[in-house]
Amino acid sequence: MSGHAAASMAMPGPARNLAVSRALGRRRQRVSLLVKGLSVAATVIALLLLASILFTLLWRGGTGLSVAVFTEMTRAPGSNGGLLNAIVGSLIQTALGTLIGTPIGLMVGTYLAEYGRGSPVAGAVRFVADILLSAPSILIGLFIYELVVEPWGGFSAIAGSLALAVIVIPIVVRTTEDMLRLIPATLREAVMALGAPKWKMIVLVCYRAARQGIATGILLAIARVAGETAPLLFTSLGNLNWSVSLTKPMASLPLTIYQYAGSAFDDWVQLAWVGALLITIGVLAINISARLLLRVEK
Amino acid sequence: MSASATSIPNSRLGNLDEPATGDAARAARIAIRDLNFYYGTNQALRGITLDLPDRQVTGMIGPSGCGKSTLLRVLNRMYDLYPGQRATGEVMMDGENIIDPGIDLNALRARIGMVFQKPTPFPMSIYDNIAFGVKLHEKLSKSEMDDRVEWTLTRAALWTEVKDRLGASAIGLSGGQQQRLCIARTIAVRPEVILLDEPTSALDPISTFKIEELIDELKDDFTIVIVTHNMQQAARCADQVAFFYLGEMVEVAPAGQLFTAPREKRTQDYVTGRFG
Repeated sequence: MSGHAAASMAMPGPARNLAVSRALGRRRQRVSLLVKGLSVAATVIALLLLASILFTLLWRGGTGLSVAVFTEMTRAPGSNGGLLNAIVGSLIQTALGTLIGTPIGLMVGTYLAEYGRGSPVAGAVRFVADILLSAPSILIGLFIYELVVEPWGGFSAIAGSLALAVIVIPIVVRTTEDMLRLIPATLREAVMALGAPKWKMIVLVCYRAARQGIATGILLAIARVAGETAPLLFTSLGNLNWSVSLTKPMASLPLTIYQYAGSAFDDWVQLAWVGALLITIGVLAINISARLLLRVEK
Repeated sequence: MSASATSIPNSRLGNLDEPATGDAARAARIAIRDLNFYYGTNQALRGITLDLPDRQVTGMIGPSGCGKSTLLRVLNRMYDLYPGQRATGEVMMDGENIIDPGIDLNALRARIGMVFQKPTPFPMSIYDNIAFGVKLHEKLSKSEMDDRVEWTLTRAALWTEVKDRLGASAIGLSGGQQQRLCIARTIAVRPEVILLDEPTSALDPISTFKIEELIDELKDDFTIVIVTHNMQQAARCADQVAFFYLGEMVEVAPAGQLFTAPREKRTQDYVTGRFG
């Protein structure tokens, strides 16, 4: 017994060779340096691209910024218009799309996390929501065109908002479900153990526990749709004049950029850059507040 | 018999004011008869028969997986939250079978409260943590609710520590304070039975001591069941102790007797640390 134990103590193979050990160490260091170098280089390239986009945007857009941009409508080329109708149109349609899409997304996310756990229906809903999340947004525009624009007699701001809402829904579904699933089962049981009905557990405790995460999801959805062009092409169409009617075509920043940037007129191209700058600043502000919101949680 | 004469405001529990029913063994508040429990096809409890005496502490001990926590979760029907879990047999309370599918679960859980292993403060203020459960079952005015919150926190030995910050988030309390808050939240609903599932296993010795003191206080008014891995705790807190092993209840006896002169060999082996 003891003899067997002693025999198994010695490790098989030759003793450690210091020279081999050092050579292996040098090789490891070379590979490590190479990987590190490649990673840093890739990061620098990505950052340079981003920085150059931002710089171009600031330079081309910044030089065109003026009070008139915020006070005047889009005008015919050569007559120095502004972007007021596009700015207001973007705000209205983004707000409306968020208002329509958020409650639906919230309810679906709640169903997935709280009611449908493990059911095949929930699996299917989650799958569809994931597909919708990555669907080309122009498809969503076409879908609303077929569903709303054609049968209801023409392009309208409400059609544009509906298209944006369809983009908002899967984003809110995902974040709501993820955030609700993070809530520990013990907290749910503690609420139920007091004799609370399930809906009160969800509304009064789970939503509260997940509120920062859910709010972040909504903010990210707003940031996403604020810059969408394709879903608006066949729905709200764009409008060169002032209009806040929901049943008429409505201007928006992305559509104006799309129309102006490709035009042959210098002042239009200039305004397109300004519009791009405004959207970028808006989306950046929303993203930063979303991050701050998440940080508060921790 | 310490100065626990703080009476429940607006008491609906007439029996609290009546004298205790003599010195003889108290009547069973809950009578469990031939209870079986299944997680899917896996049987976790086998033919449990046990009385939980009124306003006494019943301790449940046994190695992990022996079924003691499962039994606790049967008593307030916690298992109903999960599909595939079912119970057969009788758990009688006031002439009703608790595991009857037709029973009103929310009303049942108001009568049988539960405190969990890990403190589970709700993400709201200390005050609202207490008021939450009360609002589910009663309509109180603001001042009545204030009284209830103060009474409850006093009973849970937490009032002096939190009275100046009732509006602060409960998440900011220490672990021991959070657990006392959870006990307070449970008694605020004025249950008749309180289930404690390893309530001190996540706490330091001082917090544990405070909770054990609290349990001693509370048994004047409530029937208490405590599941614990700590045999000293069972010996300190419980009037009667039940030993569980592999889904069966091996033995139930007054605490002193179970630890010093158990009838069963398996109990003897467990309490002397020979397995478990």
